[in-house]
Amino acid sequence: MKHRKKGKTASPEFYSVVKSRLGGETITLCYQCGTCAASCPVAKITERFNPREVIRLSLLGERDEVLTGDAIWLCCSCYNCQERCPQKVEIADLMYALRNIAFKEGYIPNIYSEFASAILDNGRIVGVSKFVEKKRPDLGLPPLQPTGVDALRKILSATGFDKLQQKKEGA
Amino acid sequence: MTSYALFLGCTIPARQPNYELSARKALAKLGIELVDLPNMTCCAPPPVQSIDLETSLAVAAYNICLAEEADLNIVTLCSGCFESLAMTNAMLKEDEQLKAKINKILSKAGKEFQGSKEVKHFLQVLMEDVGLKRLKQSVSRPLSNLKVAAFYGCHALRPSEFLKLDDPERPSLLENLIETLGAESVEYRNKLKCCGGLLRGYSDDLALNLAREKLANTTKAGADCIATLCPFCFVALDIGQMQIKAKFQETYDMPVLHYSELLALALGIDQEELALQTHKIKTDKVLSKIF
Repeated sequence: MKHRKKGKTASPEFYSVVKSRLGGETITLCYQCGTCAASCPVAKITERFNPREVIRLSLLGERDEVLTGDAIWLCCSCYNCQERCPQKVEIADLMYALRNIAFKEGYIPNIYSEFASAILDNGRIVGVSKFVEKKRPDLGLPPLQPTGVDALRKILSATGFDKLQQKKEGA
Repeated sequence: MTSYALFLGCTIPARQPNYELSARKALAKLGIELVDLPNMTCCAPPPVQSIDLETSLAVAAYNICLAEEADLNIVTLCSGCFESLAMTNAMLKEDEQLKAKINKILSKAGKEFQGSKEVKHFLQVLMEDVGLKRLKQSVSRPLSNLKVAAFYGCHALRPSEFLKLDDPERPSLLENLIETLGAESVEYRNKLKCCGGLLRGYSDDLALNLAREKLANTTKAGADCIATLCPFCFVALDIGQMQIKAKFQETYDMPVLHYSELLALALGIDQEELALQTHKIKTDKVLSKIF
């Protein structure tokens, strides 16, 4: 377990910021039993991620450590912990909520920045190349239907997703 | 004839014609019609949920709206698409406030989520619209002598509160579907543990370590191949083996096939039509046991 660096100010109100976000609502139900950590395939192979610890640090107001560290990005989203939590803490969703806050504050891992750009540009995370698209009839596949890029951009603009991405420059 | 809007997603058309071909051909043979609707987009899977959950719900709901307008239920092949769409569908159906919030966003794109349709995984369509009995009768090339390690991955099963595909801790759906094709479903350690697919690109090291355990355990159990349901699991375990070989000097040579590919072969569909050359780990060992 990592310890708080000396002289760093905790943000006691951080848990309420998390609680008010989609996915973060259940954070205060945690009683630190560790069922999540015991169920976590990632925690089994590295000390860099422990869901119980991420929750504890968040509840203690260690905002900077949680948002700037890489632990929250190491959840593999398998939902094992969430299935087993006796307190019904929605742990995998909570990791999303923490990532959402980190993203908004500009702490954005490169790969996620690439995901965001891909969606904004092509409406898809993984683009289909012209070469692959052309090969479809030879393989016996029907032509690909057009992607609804215009509609998607309107949605991304309505939620502010397009602006989130621009913040990465200052991160 | 039962018809579905096929939600193809991104990874399958980009990289896995083997999945698309086998699923399309098998479902056609079983009397299920797939409709390709225009203007679908990314489903908003975990990578998008990680950036902004509200956006992911809105994007998933937008795609469901397209199916609602066409008066069709949705079938997905990818478990990532299934999780995103089925979870959003269930959440918005049961939470009026959330639905209103998302519909306000969707109105900018001229859409309104009604909650009138279902989102099903490919396996559910097999179970509910075909059924094990008819499936068994349709098998013309039983996969006898083949030992298959069922691999569910994560997002076909969890979060089970919304997905409701099977018991998240003790599922049996895939094993039953494998045995219906005449193959033997083999048990192995940590069967329900994640393939590590979503950590690829952020921490390849951890991702490969998770995949490596699956390969070691299925090998130890004597499996001839692993059966997957999701293009991400397929990448993690198939292409992953090349990377594991380079990084850890471990060779498993374990063929990874989507369940749909085993199904297509069992239904007598010509192997030449299935783009099996897409696999990095050759499927010859599996084919030699079938033919």
